[in-house]
Amino acid sequence: MDDIDRNLINTLQNGLPICESPYRQIAVALNITETELLVRLKNLLAEGVLTRFGPLYNAEQMGGALSLAAVKAPAERFEDLAQIINAFPEVAHNYARNHALNMWFVLATETPEQQQHVINAIEMQTGLTVYNLPKIKEYFVNLKLEA
Amino acid sequence: MDEIDRQIMHATQAGLPLTSEPYQTLAEQLNLSTDEVMRRLSAMQDNGIIRRIGAVPNHYRLGYLFNGMTVWNVPDEQIDELGLKMGQLVFVSHCYHRPRHLPDWPYNLFAMVHGKTQAEVDAQIRICAEILGSANQGYDVLYSTRILKKTGFRSR
Repeated sequence: MDDIDRNLINTLQNGLPICESPYRQIAVALNITETELLVRLKNLLAEGVLTRFGPLYNAEQMGGALSLAAVKAPAERFEDLAQIINAFPEVAHNYARNHALNMWFVLATETPEQQQHVINAIEMQTGLTVYNLPKIKEYFVNLKLEA
Repeated sequence: MDEIDRQIMHATQAGLPLTSEPYQTLAEQLNLSTDEVMRRLSAMQDNGIIRRIGAVPNHYRLGYLFNGMTVWNVPDEQIDELGLKMGQLVFVSHCYHRPRHLPDWPYNLFAMVHGKTQAEVDAQIRICAEILGSANQGYDVLYSTRILKKTGFRSR
């Protein structure tokens, strides 16, 4: 990853314009060709530096439900439990964290009822209590990190 | 959001086409005009269905090895004021009010912080604590040690 990649990542975190040739517009601003930009973007995605590039949809605005949930996963069953939980398509993210509640995942469902249904299913399949922590209020969301 | 918006969403869940004219590529896939695709994407962006058309980095790959979920126990009657203040800090990427689960989870204010070193994150946490002052009735910091899954939102 060089300075051009870093510039590209920072610029693209702010958003791509909606116009006929949006990549060309960004490329001009970064002083590279559109072809080079597309090659670099593909590489950053292929290498996993970027996990995604495209419209970032807000599940709640679409009538869906999002929640953060956690379980206390015993160390000796940790990998198995991660597999069980990750197998649910409603689990969007899952992170291991250093706490008694050591597995934290985001549930994205189309309705609040489905959220409860998934939580029940996870409790049944894992034998663990799911701590459900749906947001009461959002104060700030900004997914950008300077590269 | 109507059926055509849904089609656009499904077609872009894996990402935007990496072609010279991505909205035209999308329009061809969906049998729509490029203008209509651009108009609909703009409308969805304006009303918040789309936060933005952007890149999502892997924190670790950008060198942010210390991603701390700071969690604080603050009085409910002060949480909105404090949450807005915390959310304004440049190193806070998300800030939420979430429910407590007593007795083992007393925390109701969540703020994600990101740093390249432990010292950097420690300094960020000190700034958060200063902002909360005497409203801080206990806190913890949970660091992510591994990404187990990261696919983003998917609808069926």
